[in-house]
Amino acid sequence: MTLTIRYFAWMREHTGTDLETMTLPDGVACVADLVPHLVAMSDGHALALKNMQVVRVAVNRAYGDLDTPVAAGDEVAFFPPVTGG
Amino acid sequence: MAVRVQTEDFDVGAESRALQAETVGGIALFVGTVRGLSSDDGVTALVLEHFPGMTESELERIEAEARTRWPLEEVTIIHRVGRLLPADQIVLVATASAHRQAAFDAAQFIMDFLKTDAPFWKAEERGGDRHWVEARDSDNAARGRWSE
Repeated sequence: MTLTIRYFAWMREHTGTDLETMTLPDGVACVADLVPHLVAMSDGHALALKNMQVVRVAVNRAYGDLDTPVAAGDEVAFFPPVTGG
Repeated sequence: MAVRVQTEDFDVGAESRALQAETVGGIALFVGTVRGLSSDDGVTALVLEHFPGMTESELERIEAEARTRWPLEEVTIIHRVGRLLPADQIVLVATASAHRQAAFDAAQFIMDFLKTDAPFWKAEERGGDRHWVEARDSDNAARGRWSE
């Protein structure tokens, strides 16, 4: 299964990328299953995803959480709490 | 449905005039600007990043939710991105309704939800330093009062 992963703000800076394509093994069914694979990518990824309590998740541009299902071709975005306005 | 995310500045007068109509009795306008002097030292610039595509759909969702709560004739939401300087305009929320209370309340509602749900991030520059602004609990509290 291939997913597109996006990062914003300080998560983008820690991971060193704003967009990456990842091929994941069978058994990755939701966002929580995906996180350990991302953490293993680099120290920067591990730092960015260290505290999932504060990280917000969007799957295909709609807010989700760790339990949100993911399927082939989905876009999963990770970002800090928003600070616009 | 008028949601715009742009680097350019906006003209509040022109945006207000665009909402004038025979059915409209009041237009509420909120303009957010870059505050140069926060608690400690002065902010020399603000850099705004967003999630293209999701930002627009979130703003449209917030507008649609406001329209289910109040009788609104027109709504305009404009948010700037990129590098802004102290006193620059960042955001405009304009709501037009037959009566003022709906316009006032809807503008506040839209700003409260924009603050917590629209995927924008601010980085403050102070001289050569840059750091990401942290989300505030008071913003979540402001959003929460609408579900009471």
